[in-house]
Amino acid sequence: MNWEFIMKYLPLYEKAAVLTVRIGVMGVVIAIIVGLICAAIQYYKIPVLKHIVGIYIELSRNTPLLVQLFFIYYGLPKIGIRTQADICGVAGLAFLGGSYMAEAFRSGLEAIEPIQAESAMSLGMNRYQMMRYVILPQAMSISIPAFIANVIFLLKETSVFSAISLMDLMFTAKDLIGMYYKTTESLFLLVVFYLIILLPVSIVGSILERRLRYAGFGA
Amino acid sequence: MPDLGLEVLLKGKNMIRLIGGLGVALRISLISVLVSIPLGILLGALMNWKNPITKAILRVYLEFIRIMPQMVLLFLVYFGSTRAFGWELSGETASIIVFILWGTAEMSDLVRGALSSIPKHQYESSEALGLSKVQTYWYIIIPQTLRRLIPLSINLITRMIKTTSLILMIGVVEVLKVAQQIIEANRMSSPNAAFGIYLAVFLLYFLACWPISLLAKYLEKRWK
Repeated sequence: MNWEFIMKYLPLYEKAAVLTVRIGVMGVVIAIIVGLICAAIQYYKIPVLKHIVGIYIELSRNTPLLVQLFFIYYGLPKIGIRTQADICGVAGLAFLGGSYMAEAFRSGLEAIEPIQAESAMSLGMNRYQMMRYVILPQAMSISIPAFIANVIFLLKETSVFSAISLMDLMFTAKDLIGMYYKTTESLFLLVVFYLIILLPVSIVGSILERRLRYAGFGA
Repeated sequence: MPDLGLEVLLKGKNMIRLIGGLGVALRISLISVLVSIPLGILLGALMNWKNPITKAILRVYLEFIRIMPQMVLLFLVYFGSTRAFGWELSGETASIIVFILWGTAEMSDLVRGALSSIPKHQYESSEALGLSKVQTYWYIIIPQTLRRLIPLSINLITRMIKTTSLILMIGVVEVLKVAQQIIEANRMSSPNAAFGIYLAVFLLYFLACWPISLLAKYLEKRWK
């Protein structure tokens, strides 16, 4: 292990890690918003929209992110839709993640027995109160494990961004291997940086999950 | 209207070549799944063992594999292991190794989850009925675990197929690589072919994965 080399190229990795995290977080946040909207459309069974959401979810869940990115980055410009690589990355991650998040939220909402809504109604709550105080708190604690798994999954998926020439961690590692043939050092830094990004998320996730299990009703 | 790739797609053997590329991806994921399901079941069962040392070692291995992006694992095996141990690996072999490592880790986690989701009173009741340990597992625990496990492992197959798209990055000629070659070869005659070709790849992956997901969803509902 050549520590000089590692120290020399550390800043390069730091820059790449910032890019990875920035695009990852932006993608995840938009994915959550898309997921919430889609889950709401499916929950309230809004006509027409519900079918569109259904098709979107099947399309996005059954294709790889890399193929989606290739289509967005290399395919869409041919019909006049041209975007920068980092926006493509965010869009791709949001397209993929939206459906995963929607499924996580939907399964939480669907797990709540109708009797909960009926009881809330008979207590004289209006629709908003019922959602706010009865349905959502329970649905949330059911959705959280899948939600956290999705966040980790999406952050991991950012590793394909190098394919659309974003200078992320993968790109940096591949570049250094190609240029200096310092394979061990480059890969060591790559692993360390991914651990720095992903380990805290995973740990916070499992703590949250354990705490929320107590909040479950009837489980 | 300029050609958006449909013409190129229908020209010569292009469509067949694309499907052949998908075949490579499917073959790699099929081999990996067939190996990782039994290995994963074994490891998952070991995780339920009470021995703290095996448990700790397995846990570190499984968590590492599961937390690293598959692309990093591919790089570690394809570039890292060949450099460190001096052996030679083709891209295809490297990707099968990675998919087996990853699939085993995922599968064992599914097994662990399925086993721990069986309530304790199932074990206690069968003991109270006088069943032996083997009988308890054979008649009570395994049938219930399988019902939860089969839809999840079918889902693992689709995840595996989707992940094979990454092997392009270590130089295996699969669907995306073939698509790039076709686009490159027709650059002059139809410069806009990328749209149609990548759309075709997108749909091919969808057609490969969708029926499998539907099957998993159907089984999940039926065996609830």
